[in-house]
Amino acid sequence: MKNMMSNKVVIAFYVLPSLILITFLIFIPIVMTGYYGLMEWDGIGKMKFIGLENYIRLIHDDLFWSSTYHSFLLGIFSTVCLVFYLIISLILASKIKGADLLRKIYLIPMLLSSVAIAQLWLKIFDPTNGMMNKFLTIFGVDNPPAWLSEPKIVLYAIFVPIVWQYAGFYIIIYYAALKNVPEELIEAARIDGANPLQIAYKIKWPLISGVFKVTIVLALVGSLKYFDLIYVMTGGGPNGASEVMASYMYNEAFKKYHFGYGSAIGFALLVICLVMTWFIRRLTASNDNVHY
Amino acid sequence: MLNKKAISIFMTIALIFVVLLAGCSSSSSSSNKDSGEGKTVIKFMHLWPEGSSNAQYKIVDSIIKDYEKEHSNVKIETEILGPDQYRDKIKVLAASNELPDVGMTWSEGFLKPYVEGNMFAPLDDVIERSGLKDSFIPGVKEAYAVDGKTYALPLEMNVSYVFYNKEIFKKYHLDVPNTYEDFKKIVKTLVDHNVVPVTVGNKEGWPGSLWWMYLVDRIGGPDVLTNAVDRQASFEDPALVKAAEEIQKLVDMGAFVKGNTGLSNDEAKGYFMNEQAAMFLTATWELPNYTTSPDVSQEFKDKVGYFKFPVYEGGKSDTSSYVGGPGVGLFVAEDSPVKEQAKDFVSYFVKKWGEKSVTEAGVIPGTKVDPSGKDLHQMYVDVLNDLNNASNVTTYVDVQMSPSVSDLHHNMITALFGKQVTPEKFCRKQEQALKEEEK
Repeated sequence: MKNMMSNKVVIAFYVLPSLILITFLIFIPIVMTGYYGLMEWDGIGKMKFIGLENYIRLIHDDLFWSSTYHSFLLGIFSTVCLVFYLIISLILASKIKGADLLRKIYLIPMLLSSVAIAQLWLKIFDPTNGMMNKFLTIFGVDNPPAWLSEPKIVLYAIFVPIVWQYAGFYIIIYYAALKNVPEELIEAARIDGANPLQIAYKIKWPLISGVFKVTIVLALVGSLKYFDLIYVMTGGGPNGASEVMASYMYNEAFKKYHFGYGSAIGFALLVICLVMTWFIRRLTASNDNVHY
Repeated sequence: MLNKKAISIFMTIALIFVVLLAGCSSSSSSSNKDSGEGKTVIKFMHLWPEGSSNAQYKIVDSIIKDYEKEHSNVKIETEILGPDQYRDKIKVLAASNELPDVGMTWSEGFLKPYVEGNMFAPLDDVIERSGLKDSFIPGVKEAYAVDGKTYALPLEMNVSYVFYNKEIFKKYHLDVPNTYEDFKKIVKTLVDHNVVPVTVGNKEGWPGSLWWMYLVDRIGGPDVLTNAVDRQASFEDPALVKAAEEIQKLVDMGAFVKGNTGLSNDEAKGYFMNEQAAMFLTATWELPNYTTSPDVSQEFKDKVGYFKFPVYEGGKSDTSSYVGGPGVGLFVAEDSPVKEQAKDFVSYFVKKWGEKSVTEAGVIPGTKVDPSGKDLHQMYVDVLNDLNNASNVTTYVDVQMSPSVSDLHHNMITALFGKQVTPEKFCRKQEQALKEEEK
């Protein structure tokens, strides 16, 4: 076996299938998208080369920047929520009663498809008949807001189901990481008189901080390119108040038939995601090596 | 030894790849003419799947069977997709020049790029030959025309009415309004009694656009809107601004259901179907729900009535003018190898469709229908009579616009109902977009 793996040809051969797939499904489309971004194209007729015009327009496009801002808000929001997920996982991993059941409950949203979640929350947010407003009315709120219709509220209202949707995913990751912390270390700390808080902070946290960094990247990049619930629940509306980068790209390309401009947005989205990933890795790289 | 094995595996995989790729390319070559025992094959793509549009599907199916029976040398191959997938796929097919011989298209804004790309065949000769010329409802065929040539034959026609709940009206002693002032009084009474007067779902914009378009029609007459889009007049015409002002007055009165800018049309419809709202302005595609649909309780169906959009005092049009529009029509591909046969099929289809669609699917066809002697629900008879006497049908403004301006229009409508824009800005923004496109 060792012999085989040292043969460059064999290595290349093993890598080849996925390399071909990735090239055709990911890298070539990326290059094509960048190329289409240089065109004026309605998706049907002939393409017209217009150079960097789409990208220049992008820089001056207020709607693009406001949707970028919304995407970043979502990113920050989801990243902050990671802390709560971590706390929940710490509690779950500390062998409390019913932890198994709770873990399964937290995982349920993960099992639902995005569209089902969107429909569910559309019903909850319905301004007159929705659970949320019925509930608020019972508690004496006179005129509860129409969650998905008020430009100032809609974005935050829609963050709630998004965060809820992914809670289970991150909790499971943290839970698995925490379960990997060697029992002896915790035992030893306990014998030395450390309280649970100290164990969590001094022993568990350093050991899972690598996982935490990965989840930050996942959450942030995932938020930047987030699309599903926004598309189904508000379509970016009312009047662009909940538009994010991906939904803006979709609207431009498929609703307005501006495929060239849509491609330019898509390419900008890719660049922004790459830069953010690099930035976070830089930011968290300093104390990457914790050894016990 | 291992090396040899590796190479043999590599060869196997390479072979699989080659076969796969070959499989991809060969499928398209066996198309057109003369496959299947020397028959002429017409490829037909439509958007009424058996599951979601069963009634339409059945009619299409029976028409195809009849046609094949009458023309034994013709075989019709159908491909069926839901409307949204259809919209996407037709675009892809057009880009690669592989349109089906016969397919469905929406009018004006949708059709135009295809015509400009020389994808659709003009059908004026078919209309002339088949004697269909005078059988279309006035203005419907023209929706599929570019530069005087017709590129598709209309199948559907929709006009909009205000549907209302008779029981709610009776409870508060309200009568069907004749004038806009009456209508506002009704709204006021209902608001005072804590009933939602009107339900409208403005998430996608177009349902609210119906209200605005009708107000424009009633205030400024039947031509102002079409002229504004055609660039013969400004989109900042006083009538258009006035109509937008009236919309915001209604919003202030509380005429529209709470949170309507976040509701989809279906969600808004729910308020009417659950009798939580008194009125719902929508088009005749909803008629089956109020007449024949087995999914709706008879009790509710009996409560639904309709009235024409009321007259605006000092306005320039009356109740015989409607806002409406054609749905889909049939096109023949310019590059089709069986063009003549396809044209024949299209005219055959439209004729048969006109006979069957009302009675069997509850769809108002683009051709005139004489309601007498048919077993129809009274509401259909009334609507068909209205249509035969219509003085004008203004085509939905978003259908007339290009996709990009139409999207702006929808956003602006949402903003208008949500009071995010002033009536002046509402018109100015669209004027700017239209102007820009002219260049």
